Amino acid sequence: MTPAERQTSTAPCFRTRGLTKVYGSGENAVHALRGVDLDLPEGELVVLLGPSGSGKSTLLNILGGLDAASDGEVWFRDHELSAANPAALTLYRRRHVGFVFQFYNLMPSLTARENVQLVTEIADNPMKAEEALGMVGLENRLDHFPAQLSGGEQQRVAIARAIAKRPSVLLCDEPTGALDSATGIRVLQALKQVNETLGATTLVITHNAGVAAMAHRVITFSDGRIGEVRTNEHRVDPSELSW
Amino acid sequence: MTWLLRLLSPLDRKLARDLWAMKGQALAIACVIAGGVSVFLISAGMLDSLTETRRAYYERYRFADIWAPVVRAPDALAADIRRIEGVQAAETRIRAPLLFDIPGMSEPASGEAISLPDGREPLVNQLYLMEGRLPRPGQRGEAVVIDSFAAAHGLEIGDTLSATIRGGRSELTVVGRALSPEHVYTIAPGQIVPDPRLYGVIWMSRDALGEAVDQDGAFNEAIVRLMPGQDAAPVIDRLDRLLDPYGAPGAYGRDDQISDAFVSSEIEQLSTMGRILPPIFLAVAAFLVNVVLSRLVATERAEIGLMKAFGYRDRDVMAHYLKFAGLIGVLGLAIGGGAGVWLGRLMAGLYTDYYHFPFLVFTANPRVYLLALAITVAAVGGGAILAARRAAALHPAVAMQPPPPPDYSRTAGMGLTRLTLLDQPSRMILRRLVQWPGRAGFTLAGVAMSGALLVGTLYFTDAMEAMVSSYFDQSNRQDVTVSFVEPRQRSAFHEVARLPGVLAAEPFRSVAVRLYHGPAEERAAMMGVTRGAALSRMIGADGRGVETPPGGLVLSGDLAATLGVEAGDRIRVEITEGRRPVLELPVAAVVTTLIGSGVQMELGDLNALLGEGEVVSGAHLVADGDAVDRLYTALKSAPGVAGVSLQSVAERNFRALMDESMGVAIWLYTGFAGLIAIGVIYNSVRISLSESAHEFATLRVLGFTRAEVSYILLGEIGILTLIALPAGGLLGTGLAWYFAEAMSSDLFRLPFIIHPATYGFAAAVILVTTALSGLIVRARLDHLDLVAVLKARE
Ligand SMILES: Nc1ncnc2c1ncn2[C@@H]1O[C@H](COP(=O)(O)OP(=O)(O)OP(=O)(O)O)[C@@H](O)[C@H]1O
Ligand SMILES: [Mg+2]
Repeated sequence: MTPAERQTSTAPCFRTRGLTKVYGSGENAVHALRGVDLDLPEGELVVLLGPSGSGKSTLLNILGGLDAASDGEVWFRDHELSAANPAALTLYRRRHVGFVFQFYNLMPSLTARENVQLVTEIADNPMKAEEALGMVGLENRLDHFPAQLSGGEQQRVAIARAIAKRPSVLLCDEPTGALDSATGIRVLQALKQVNETLGATTLVITHNAGVAAMAHRVITFSDGRIGEVRTNEHRVDPSELSW
Repeated sequence: MTWLLRLLSPLDRKLARDLWAMKGQALAIACVIAGGVSVFLISAGMLDSLTETRRAYYERYRFADIWAPVVRAPDALAADIRRIEGVQAAETRIRAPLLFDIPGMSEPASGEAISLPDGREPLVNQLYLMEGRLPRPGQRGEAVVIDSFAAAHGLEIGDTLSATIRGGRSELTVVGRALSPEHVYTIAPGQIVPDPRLYGVIWMSRDALGEAVDQDGAFNEAIVRLMPGQDAAPVIDRLDRLLDPYGAPGAYGRDDQISDAFVSSEIEQLSTMGRILPPIFLAVAAFLVNVVLSRLVATERAEIGLMKAFGYRDRDVMAHYLKFAGLIGVLGLAIGGGAGVWLGRLMAGLYTDYYHFPFLVFTANPRVYLLALAITVAAVGGGAILAARRAAALHPAVAMQPPPPPDYSRTAGMGLTRLTLLDQPSRMILRRLVQWPGRAGFTLAGVAMSGALLVGTLYFTDAMEAMVSSYFDQSNRQDVTVSFVEPRQRSAFHEVARLPGVLAAEPFRSVAVRLYHGPAEERAAMMGVTRGAALSRMIGADGRGVETPPGGLVLSGDLAATLGVEAGDRIRVEITEGRRPVLELPVAAVVTTLIGSGVQMELGDLNALLGEGEVVSGAHLVADGDAVDRLYTALKSAPGVAGVSLQSVAERNFRALMDESMGVAIWLYTGFAGLIAIGVIYNSVRISLSESAHEFATLRVLGFTRAEVSYILLGEIGILTLIALPAGGLLGTGLAWYFAEAMSSDLFRLPFIIHPATYGFAAAVILVTTALSGLIVRARLDHLDLVAVLKARE
C-alpha cells in the first residue's frame, strides 16, 4: 500500500484547522502559528523545513500533545487533541507518540537498555528493548550508560526508546542537529527504517534542506504559516545525502 | 520593584533574581538559622536576665549567705555572730510554722511567720514592699503578707487574717504586701511545686512573734551576709561552734536554701539547653547554605565563566556568592532575633508565675546579641565559603562548557541496582542515591538530627511523667501530711489517725542529720518510717518499697554518690536533735529517688538512737474523698499541728506546672526541631527537583503521569527519611541520655525513660513534614514547562 492509497482509504493521521499559537499578550504577543491547515496521511515520512522562528517546533509540540494551541483544532485520527485535558494528553503521548529531540534527553542514571525499558514498561504492546536497540544498530551497546556513548549513539538510543513502544507517530525535532554528517546519516537511516517497518507516521524537523529528499512529503514553513507542500516522486536513501 | 533593581549593579541584580527564584529554599534555610538564633537568644537571654535579676535583687535586698537555725538562743549572741571574721552583717530572728484559717476555704493553708526587727529594716533579707508598710513596733496584730498568697486570696491592706501559731490563734491585720529574696520560689518545706493558695509567708514584728511562740529575748535563727569574696565554709564552722549549745542542727549556705536552690537549678538547665541546641541548629544551617550554594554554583557555571571572561576577579565572584549567603543569614538573624526576643518575653512572663522577682524583664545584654551575630556569621559563612571558593576556582574556559553528563557507569552499575525485578523508575531512585552519597548523606544527617532533637525534647515529658508517677503514685501515696510543732508521743499520732475522714495513717519521725564518710560531709533529712510503711517511703528501682533492716540505713542514690558509699559500707551519722548522738551505721541499701534526697531508717531504731521513747514528728494520712472537708476542719483546730500539706493538690500543681511552663518550653523546642526537618527535607526535595528538572520533564514527555514522576522525585526522599528515622531515634536516645545526665540536680533526677509513643510522635512529625514538603514540590512538578525544558541542553 502506497502512502497515496492510504490517504484515500483512511482518515488522515493528523488534521489541523486554523491552528494558531500566540505567546504572551498585548504588545509583546508573538504569533508563532498563524492559522495552520494541515492533513498528514498515515505512515508518511514528512520533513518540516523553514527558517528559525517560523513555528516548526511549536507545531510539533502541539501535535505531540506537549503544548496547547491558542485557537483552532488539532485532530489525531478521531481524537480532538485541542479539546483534551492534560491527563488525556499524557495518555495520548504514552500510547501513540515517540519523541526524538536534538539533545537526546536520555536518563543518565540508566543504561541504554534500561532507557528503552523505561518506556516499554509503560507501553501496551512494546517490542523488546534489545530488538529496538538492534534496529538502530546498537546491539553491542546494551549495557552502556549515556556518559559512555557518543552523541550519535545516544541519539540512536533515543530513537530506540521512541520506537520501542511501536508508536503511531514519531516526532523528531532536529534529531541530527548536534551530530556530524556521517553520524547524522546513520540516525536518518534508523528513522527511515522505523518508518518503513512500523508504519509510524514520522515528522522530522530539520534545517538541512538536503534531508528533504528522503521524505514522502516536504512542508515548508514561514512566519507561522505553511508556505509550500510538495511530495517527492523519487525518494533518496539517506546514505546518498550529504551536508 | 523594577526601579529598585535598576539601582543595583548588574551582579546585584542577578543576585536579587537568584534569591527571588529560590525564595522557598532561602526562607527554609533562614528559618533554620532563625531557630538557632532564637533558641540561643532565649536561653542566653533568659540566663542573663535571671542571673542578673537575681544578682541585683539579692544585692539590693541583702540576701543572706548563711542560715543558722537553733532551738532557742539568747539575743545577746547576735553581737558574737557579727564579730565572726568575714561576716558583713547578721540578724537574729524568729521563724515559726503556722496554719492559716481562710474563711470559705476548706483546705488548711500552712506557711511560716518570720520576725522583722522592731523599728528598723533588717540588715539581711530585706523585704521588697509592694504596697503598705512594715508592722509598727508595739502593734501586736500587724502582718506583712507575701504577695503570692495575698493575691491568691484577694487579701488587701486592712483585711484581717487568722493564723494559728504554736497552737495559739492570732487575728492579724494585713498592713503590707511584699516579696522577699528568700522566697523567690515560694515553696512549702518538702514540696516540689509552689502553691500560692496553700502556702503563705507573713512577717510580723519581733515582739509580736516572740510573744506568740514564747521566744521573748531569744531567737531561733541567725542569718548572715558575708564580706564580698568571703568563703562560706569557715564562717559556717564558726557559727556551728558558737551555736552548738543552743540546739543548732547546723548552719547552711545558699546551696541548701530551698528557694535559691530552685532558681540555681533553673539557671543551670537554661545554660545546658543553650549549650546544646543552638549549635545543632547552626550546624544544620551551615550545611544547608553549603548545599544550596554548591548547587547554585553548579548551575551557574556558564555565568561564572562569562563573568570571569569579562574580567571579574576571583574575589568578585566569591563576594557575589557570599553576599547571597549573607542575605539569607541576615534574614535568619532578623526572624530569629525577633522571634527570640518575643518568645523570651513570653518565657519571662511564664517565669514570673513561679519565680517571684520584683521585676524580671527579658533583656539580653549586647554581648548576647553580638554573640548570636558572630555565631551566625561563622556558621553561614563557614557553609558558604566552600561553595564560593569553588565558584571562584572555576576556570573561565571550563566554566563555559556544559558539565559532562554524570557518569553512572562506575557507582550505579553495580549490585543491587542491576536487579532485573526492579522497574526503571525505582532503579533511577536507587542509582541517584548511590551516585550522590554526599547529598544523600546530608539529607540523612539532617533528618536524623531533627528526629533526634524531637526525641530529645519530647523525652522531657516522659521523664517528668515518670518522676510524677514515681513520686506521687509510689513514694508518696498519702493524701495529707500532718507535721507537728514539735515531736510528740505516739498517742498524738493515734489522735490524728482517729480524726474524721481518715482511712489510713502512718507515723513518721524526721530529724536533720549530717552524714560523714571519709572527707565527705552532707546535710540530709532522716526519715524514721514504720516497718512495712505503705504510704510514704523510699522506692527501689523495681518500684517496690525497700525494707529497712534493723539498725540499718537506706540512702538515696545521689547522697550515696556524693558521700562515695555503697550498700554495705558504714557511715558516720550525726543527729542534730535531742541527745545529738553521733553513730556509725551500716548502709543497708541505696535506692534511686527521682525527686529529693534523703536517708531512711526504721522508726523504732531512730527513736531508740535518740533515746526519746515512742515519739513521732507527724503523720501521713489517706483521706476519704467524701469526708475530706471534715478532716480539713478538724486539722485546722487540732492542737500541736504545725503544718498540713496536701499531696493530691501538689500532684495537680506539678502537672499544671508541666503543662504550662515546661509544656510551653518543650513544645517550643519541638517546633524548632520541626523547623530543621522542614529546612532539610524541603531543600533536599527542591534541589533534586531543580537538578533533575530536565529528566523529569523528559519523563513527562515520554508519557509518564505526574504521579509516576513524583514517585521518582519523592521516592528518593522517602527512602532517605525511612533510613533516617531509626538513626534519628538512636541519636535522640543518646541526646535524651545526655539531657538526663546534664539536667539532673540536687533537687531532682531525670529518669532515663523514653516511651515508644515519643519515638512514634517524632517519627510522625518527620513523616508529615516530608509529606508536606513533597506536596509543595510536587505542585511545582505539575507545572514543569515541558517545552522550555526540552529547548535547552541541561
Ligand atoms: N515560550 C515562548 N514564549 C514566547 N515566544 C516563544 C516561546 N516559544 C517560542 N516562541 C516564539 O515562537 C516563534 C516560533 O518558535 P519555534 O520554536 O516554533 O520556532 P522554530 O521554527 O522551531 O525555530 P528554530 O528553527 O530556531 O527551532 C518564535 O518567534 C519564538 O520566538
Ligand atoms: Mg525549533
